Amino acid sequence: MNPIKRISERFIEGIFKMSSMVTSIVILLIVVFLFKEGMGLFSSPIVESGYGLYLNTTNPVSDLSFTQIKQIYDGEIDNWKTVGGKDEVIELFRFDDIFSIYSDEELGENYEFLPEKLNQVITDKSNIIAFLPYKYAPKQSSFVKEISKENIGIREFLLGKEWLPTTTPSPLFGIVPLILGTLLVSFFAILFALPLGLGVAIYISEIASSKIRRIIKPAIELLAGIPSVVYGFFGLTVLVPIVQKVGNLTVGETAFTGSLILAIMALPTIISISEDALRNTPLSLREASYALGATQWQTIYKVVIPFAGSGISTAAILGIGRAIGETMAVLMVTGNGAVIPHSLFESVRTIPATIAAELGEAPSGGAHYQALFLLGCVLFLITLCFSIISEYISKKQSSKIA
Amino acid sequence: MIETKNINFYYGNFQALKSISMKMEANTVTAFIGPSGCGKSTFLRLFNRMNDTIQNTRLTGTCLIDDQDIYEKSVHVDELRKKVGMVFQKPNPFPKSIFENVTYGLKVNGITDKKYISERVEQSLTSAALWNEVKDKLNQSAFALSGGQQQRLCIARALAVSPSILLMDEPASALDPISTSKIEELIHSLKSEYTIVIVTHNMQQAARVSDKTGFFMFGELVEYSDTKKMFLNPEMEQTQNYITGRFG
Repeated sequence: MNPIKRISERFIEGIFKMSSMVTSIVILLIVVFLFKEGMGLFSSPIVESGYGLYLNTTNPVSDLSFTQIKQIYDGEIDNWKTVGGKDEVIELFRFDDIFSIYSDEELGENYEFLPEKLNQVITDKSNIIAFLPYKYAPKQSSFVKEISKENIGIREFLLGKEWLPTTTPSPLFGIVPLILGTLLVSFFAILFALPLGLGVAIYISEIASSKIRRIIKPAIELLAGIPSVVYGFFGLTVLVPIVQKVGNLTVGETAFTGSLILAIMALPTIISISEDALRNTPLSLREASYALGATQWQTIYKVVIPFAGSGISTAAILGIGRAIGETMAVLMVTGNGAVIPHSLFESVRTIPATIAAELGEAPSGGAHYQALFLLGCVLFLITLCFSIISEYISKKQSSKIA
Repeated sequence: MIETKNINFYYGNFQALKSISMKMEANTVTAFIGPSGCGKSTFLRLFNRMNDTIQNTRLTGTCLIDDQDIYEKSVHVDELRKKVGMVFQKPNPFPKSIFENVTYGLKVNGITDKKYISERVEQSLTSAALWNEVKDKLNQSAFALSGGQQQRLCIARALAVSPSILLMDEPASALDPISTSKIEELIHSLKSEYTIVIVTHNMQQAARVSDKTGFFMFGELVEYSDTKKMFLNPEMEQTQNYITGRFG
């Protein structure tokens, strides 16, 4: 072979090799970055960063768990005895309270006397717990001590029932309501979309004439190309008022509305994949069925659907995957209440919607920011699971044909 | 008994069958031979209206089975196909168990009597000379069987609905010689109960199994006579050329 040709072929081969390597590495790096940022949450303290909790040195309590801090500030624990101290009522002290005790003159022009005054307050009261910024915090002395801080635990993240990322002193990063919200919305979306999508797929592949098929199939695939924010807008202006009116609800932004929108969005995927699966049923099997006196319907539900079964389940799983990861439309119509949902007609918040809504206001590198990254990791793992399942099923399908 | 009068059949603008009239007697084996694309399979598939599933086709002429025009509006195609069974070129068992394959035809015809069903399964598998090989593994997948066994299972499946006519579209073309000879023996033994029409590429096979043979070429029925006469002393030169292997 011509040496120039050989070299140029080598060169092109090298470019392809390079580009595939670069792509793989970039993807890997993104995943590593995601997990690295997310895992940082477990090494950040439970108390909001930049702040500390201070006690009087006469108080025998020296550390408090995450739950205890939360219960103290929620007023559920009001005596030091409960957390191992003396029998004294707990007095909560927040930074702002100092301004109602001392006038601005007493605190100095640039608040230079602030630490001193705070020191005074804590020294005076043995039952106090003060939540103060480090900047003005009193020096640790024989009268004032800072509570040693724990880090946020995996348990609190995975099993926590409250997502309150901006409460003080301890923000709550419990993802249970978000996961439940995501799964609820996605599950019902697939419940609405699968029967409908399967019906359409059967119609297109088995019943419609080729003329109708040529019109309907591209039309449905066009649906997949509509940007999700447009679906969200449609949901917000059309579906939300309808759900509100029909269900006689106070707000129309509910999990149900989200499910409807997601169902519409998952339909093209479900229809086109299951239609392909149905059409892949060999003609020989259909003919065998017809030749035995089966009608078209009998052939469809006794031969075609069982044969396409794994293709249909792949369609369902990919539909779920799409629904779980969908952000914009859901953000717009579900109302975003980060509470554990008790019915379909309540506001819920999904994982992707949380990330999109909160990332802008989470300070970079802070616990909230890391928690959002960790949510991204959870979402990644969930969708990864679904992809693996669908891959497994379609492998089984291809071995069935062979 | 099958009788056709002046059959013309078109795929779009292409005429696949040209004014074919022939009569196939009950309880005989009729073989259709001819080069590829001569229309013999198309003709066979008219008898159970299998061509109905193909779009853009047209038929003129009459096709009578037991003196009933099967293309008349009052005829239900699924009823017709119960009476006229079919075995295809490649074994095409359903991806179900052996038992379910045989009972499929009964089930779609609304038969639920379990005792009758299991009797029919044994009878049809016995008629298809498969019973002894599969009686202990009826619940296994039909795909676990060899190609020849699968084809006999397809025959059993067709027999289960008690047809009177059995159409076979090159039933042994995908099989090895031993399986082929088993299918041929089977055709012999089924002749007493069924009217059999078989399409084949293999002229020795036509000579071995059939009573009458029709030779097709370019959509026309060139010659139709007793098999012995056709192979020993054909009337037409084209037939002579084909069976001696000069083309085809």
